[in-house]
Amino acid sequence: MVNELSKQNIYFIFFRTAAFLSVGVLLFILLYVFKEGVGVINLKFLVGMWSQGDITRGGIFPAIIGTIFLAIGVSVISIPLGVSTAVYLSEYAKENLFTRTIKLAIRNLAGVPSIVYGIFGLAFFVLLLNLGGSLIAASLTLGCMTLPWIITASEEALKSVPYSFREGSYALGATKWQTVKRNVLPNSFSGILTGSILGISRAVGETSPIILVGATFFMGYLPSSPFDKFMALPYHLFILATQHSSPYAREYALGTALVLIVLVFIFNSGVFVLRYKLRKKKEW
Amino acid sequence: MNEKMNEKMNEKMNEKMNEKMNEKMNEKMNEEDIKIEFKCINFWYNSKQILADVNLKIFSNKITALIGPSGCGKSTLLRCINRMNDLISISKIRGKIVYNQKNIYEEDTDVIGLRKKIGMVFQKPNPFPMSIFENVAYGLRIHNIKDENKIKQIVKESLEKADLWEEVKDRLNVSAFRLSGGQQQRLCIARALAVNPDVLLLDEPCSALDPLATTKIECLLKRLKDERTIVIVTHNMHQARRISDYTCYLLNGRIIEYSDTAEMFDNPKNKLTKDYINGEFG
Repeated sequence: MVNELSKQNIYFIFFRTAAFLSVGVLLFILLYVFKEGVGVINLKFLVGMWSQGDITRGGIFPAIIGTIFLAIGVSVISIPLGVSTAVYLSEYAKENLFTRTIKLAIRNLAGVPSIVYGIFGLAFFVLLLNLGGSLIAASLTLGCMTLPWIITASEEALKSVPYSFREGSYALGATKWQTVKRNVLPNSFSGILTGSILGISRAVGETSPIILVGATFFMGYLPSSPFDKFMALPYHLFILATQHSSPYAREYALGTALVLIVLVFIFNSGVFVLRYKLRKKKEW
Repeated sequence: MNEKMNEKMNEKMNEKMNEKMNEKMNEKMNEEDIKIEFKCINFWYNSKQILADVNLKIFSNKITALIGPSGCGKSTLLRCINRMNDLISISKIRGKIVYNQKNIYEEDTDVIGLRKKIGMVFQKPNPFPMSIFENVAYGLRIHNIKDENKIKQIVKESLEKADLWEEVKDRLNVSAFRLSGGQQQRLCIARALAVNPDVLLLDEPCSALDPLATTKIECLLKRLKDERTIVIVTHNMHQARRISDYTCYLLNGRIIEYSDTAEMFDNPKNKLTKDYINGEFG
């Protein structure tokens, strides 16, 4: 017989070990990338154009810019569309078999591997719509991939607004749109923002879909229109790590990884600060 | 077996009651102005019938209390009046509710306008997560009142009417969640009053409050009835007796007895009412 107290202790130790283990692994990865990659980071690496022959003579500026453009493109495409869809599904659509099926389908789409979106983007945006391998094709492809994540996260955020707020608003003679605009959206905004940004961060870290729809390893200039090809950090990192012959390739790959991590980190902390400010205003 | 027989007996009693409805309403009731009239309202959630053949007259500038055990349909009945039940897609209603000489369940009814005229306060205080001022101003803003001075004026008046102004006048910009439960409920009443409703529906407004807060709200309601008609659902029979002019006893979705409050409590005509009032129910 194990008594309840020691059972309690065993579980406590189990949970604590699990927590330390998972945080430890993440920390180790971060430290490793930092230690190995920080050596190549300097101003030339960050703002220099890529030099294909002798990689030490250039930098990854086009890849950084490409990734930032991609993040903007994906946000512009998928956040408005995703949030609007979530508002429709959670506030307007009648609860019936059809909407339930749609919701289930969206949740399933969230789990479809990214390469599948890549091949879809290649067939539909690049070839059928004739956009070619381009920033816009990649944004649309990644946008499609992010949509289900954003819809699901926004729907959850909308659902977390207590029904009594809506009821109180309707009882005063508010229309549905007034209720959504004045009550539901402001109170779910921080959740929607978090979900959206997590989705975007994950999307810009994707490699496989963008290979198919316009990312290129070597470009001597910056993309100047949405129809240009582009360089991107994850793909750059992939080529450096697996296919480049330069003896410095490994170090440069880790440097690129570090830049990507920092970029995503800056992006997320910006949102974190914004969310904190919003949350200070709300109490319930 | 027994249950079925009981049910049958109830049904028969109700049939008789409906027939005698007019007869049973005492003289006094015939002289009152009718504000809202239920005409044979039947209501279902899915296939479950919640209200059956409800005929009810609600009188102007009076407080009408709806009493009855949990699940008897009194909240549903209340929510029929401002069509809040519309929000539940699985519900179905048959019959008429006449308000201002018009059946509010006509297809061309302006539900938004109706809810503006018929305000509602809920069981659990539900202030919005915004400042005290904005809570009261909410209804004004959605009804397109833009003049900030006018809004300020109405917010002040509404808070005064709801007996809350003195307590909050120095902190109108503080979140409504800082208020106590009783204050929150009075804020919700002020919020409803701000759009100047003709009828005020209250769904067990005091069930989450302590006795002192309850007394405050009861006094407030008594004062408010000079200007508007009040319908209140309550679990608390003492409360019904203290504040209402008329009381309606509901059981299993049917009206068992409806009469002058004093008469209902002193001299109930129906045995079922008597049992309930004397606490011998169930």
